[in-house]
Amino acid sequence: MDTLTITGLHTQFQTPKGPLPAVDGVDLRIPQGTIVGLVGESGCGKSVTALSILGLVPPPGAVVAGTIDFWGQDLRRCPEQELRRLRGNRISMIFQDPMTSLNPVVPVGEQVAEGLRLHLGCNRQAAKARTLDCFQQVGIPDPAGRYRAYPRELSGGLRQRVMIAMAMACRPELLLADEPTTALDVTIQAQILQLMAQLRREQGTAILLITHNMGVVAQLCDYVYVMYAGEIVEEAETFALFRHPRHPYTQGLLQAIPSLEGGTLTPIPGAVPELGALPPGCRFCGRCARETEACRAIHPALEEAAPGHRVRCLYA
Amino acid sequence: MHILAQARNLSKTYPTGRGPLQALSQVDLRIYEGETLALVGESGCGKTTLGRLLLGLLPPTDGQVLFDGVDLATLPPKALRALRRQMQPVFQDAAAALNPRRTVAQLLGEPLRIHKLCRREELPQQGAALLEEVGLSPALLSRYPHELSGGQRQRVGLARALALRPRLLVCDEPVSALDVSVQAQMLNLLAQLQTTHGLTYLLISHDLGVVRHSADRVCVMFLGRLCELGPREALFTRPRHPYTQLLLESIPRPDPRQRRETPLPAGEIPSPLSPPSGCRFRTRCPYAQPLCAQEVPALGEVDGRQVACHFPLGHGD
Repeated sequence: MDTLTITGLHTQFQTPKGPLPAVDGVDLRIPQGTIVGLVGESGCGKSVTALSILGLVPPPGAVVAGTIDFWGQDLRRCPEQELRRLRGNRISMIFQDPMTSLNPVVPVGEQVAEGLRLHLGCNRQAAKARTLDCFQQVGIPDPAGRYRAYPRELSGGLRQRVMIAMAMACRPELLLADEPTTALDVTIQAQILQLMAQLRREQGTAILLITHNMGVVAQLCDYVYVMYAGEIVEEAETFALFRHPRHPYTQGLLQAIPSLEGGTLTPIPGAVPELGALPPGCRFCGRCARETEACRAIHPALEEAAPGHRVRCLYA
Repeated sequence: MHILAQARNLSKTYPTGRGPLQALSQVDLRIYEGETLALVGESGCGKTTLGRLLLGLLPPTDGQVLFDGVDLATLPPKALRALRRQMQPVFQDAAAALNPRRTVAQLLGEPLRIHKLCRREELPQQGAALLEEVGLSPALLSRYPHELSGGQRQRVGLARALALRPRLLVCDEPVSALDVSVQAQMLNLLAQLQTTHGLTYLLISHDLGVVRHSADRVCVMFLGRLCELGPREALFTRPRHPYTQLLLESIPRPDPRQRRETPLPAGEIPSPLSPPSGCRFRTRCPYAQPLCAQEVPALGEVDGRQVACHFPLGHGD
């Protein structure tokens, strides 16, 4: 059973020079209890995809087509009031920078408790007890002391843990995590990743993990979508994707990571095309070693190259 | 080998509202001409402070910084300025380091003009040559920083540092803000420039993959102190300091077959305002003993590298 199914999602930003297709026809499934990775580089549309799910795309952007099916309910047709009830309750989110998501003048414990009172109708006492419980679970030392702390008094790792405690407090069915560990030191990152795995294991939460870090994907995800210039270019189970990456972009990404085992680095030449001037054929044209005349003319469809492994390339 | 830059018993303390913060404690370090020495560690370990001290951008609280054998503190301002030409910084965030109201041509011409290295009419030609050196088209000379991509801006920052023909580049997280595909281009460019110009790099980075790829020697720091310093290969394959080991194990491997099953030791980085007694890593160290709380471990020679640990890790020897 899928917790979330996105079909044909188009999100555009209106500019004086015309609409920019930030998300350009994305299909994506998040089955119950799985961790799904969405990877790609800056500007590929991965964050806008998450914001589209939540109905939080900032103007001048807007979802212009597609369905976002959450347990049979199309979130696009949901009235704002209903969406607000879902957000932070059945669907939670964690962003890269907890400082921008936490209220700087309210103690962190009260911020988490407030959500519980609002969404679950807990009384003050029960909300505080449950908050302390969550702090404990995410490994915040001295939960009672930290309950009264302000965001600025906590380290980056602790703030991100508060965000995760907040996100899991209402036992969400779906968690959207946008670069949750990018701002953190590696040893803290490892702890946060373990926490997310635990959340899935113990509460069966479905997680959409948005990241540019292939290491994070390999460690945590069951299934991966690779995004490039607004489109999904490859999707597969994690093991299959890493064992046999089929799209030249995915291959390039994996070869460009400086590995701990050493070895040569092969950069992807050139840069990502601008959304306002996308090439008519394959969007990876100009950076691809296998490019042909056909690639420049035909925009390839996302097609099954092996069972459960779909690729947007004429030669996959 | 020639020692280009050196830190001798270097300490730096910042005054804060809540008491003195010791950002760097008694660091001894040599940078040899032509090598890439990497400084690694997590937030607050003092790696950026050490970089600034070596550039003479900050005065040390204690100890000395030597460049080419000359103590920076003994130099009169004019001589210091002349010496600075030989050491240049490259910053993480080129968008913040480049004046948004200057064109690339102005940005590249500025250091040449200040140091009177070039006649006014030769400036455009010099600028174009610098851009070509970092793999950019001279057509970008008339652009402003906001008209460039992140990778291009980072290259302009590098071109600007190269303008004075320095011997030492202090690169503070030079690729952290870049996407993986662009990051690899930049790392290859740095390597190529090092060969052609015989440059020496101090590479400050938290990304051990980058360090593994680019460094000759690696210096691991924790809370203002050196933990381990030695050849790259030795550190990555046989870490002797428990913190080096923890850092290496924390990196998510881009291979699902190498998933971490056992949990890593929990714990936060202690506050630098009240560091633990003795070894500063002991509160997170799985091997800590009573001695670790009592005595600061001295940097000692172990297995071809320097390690500051009372009980260095053994590797079956």
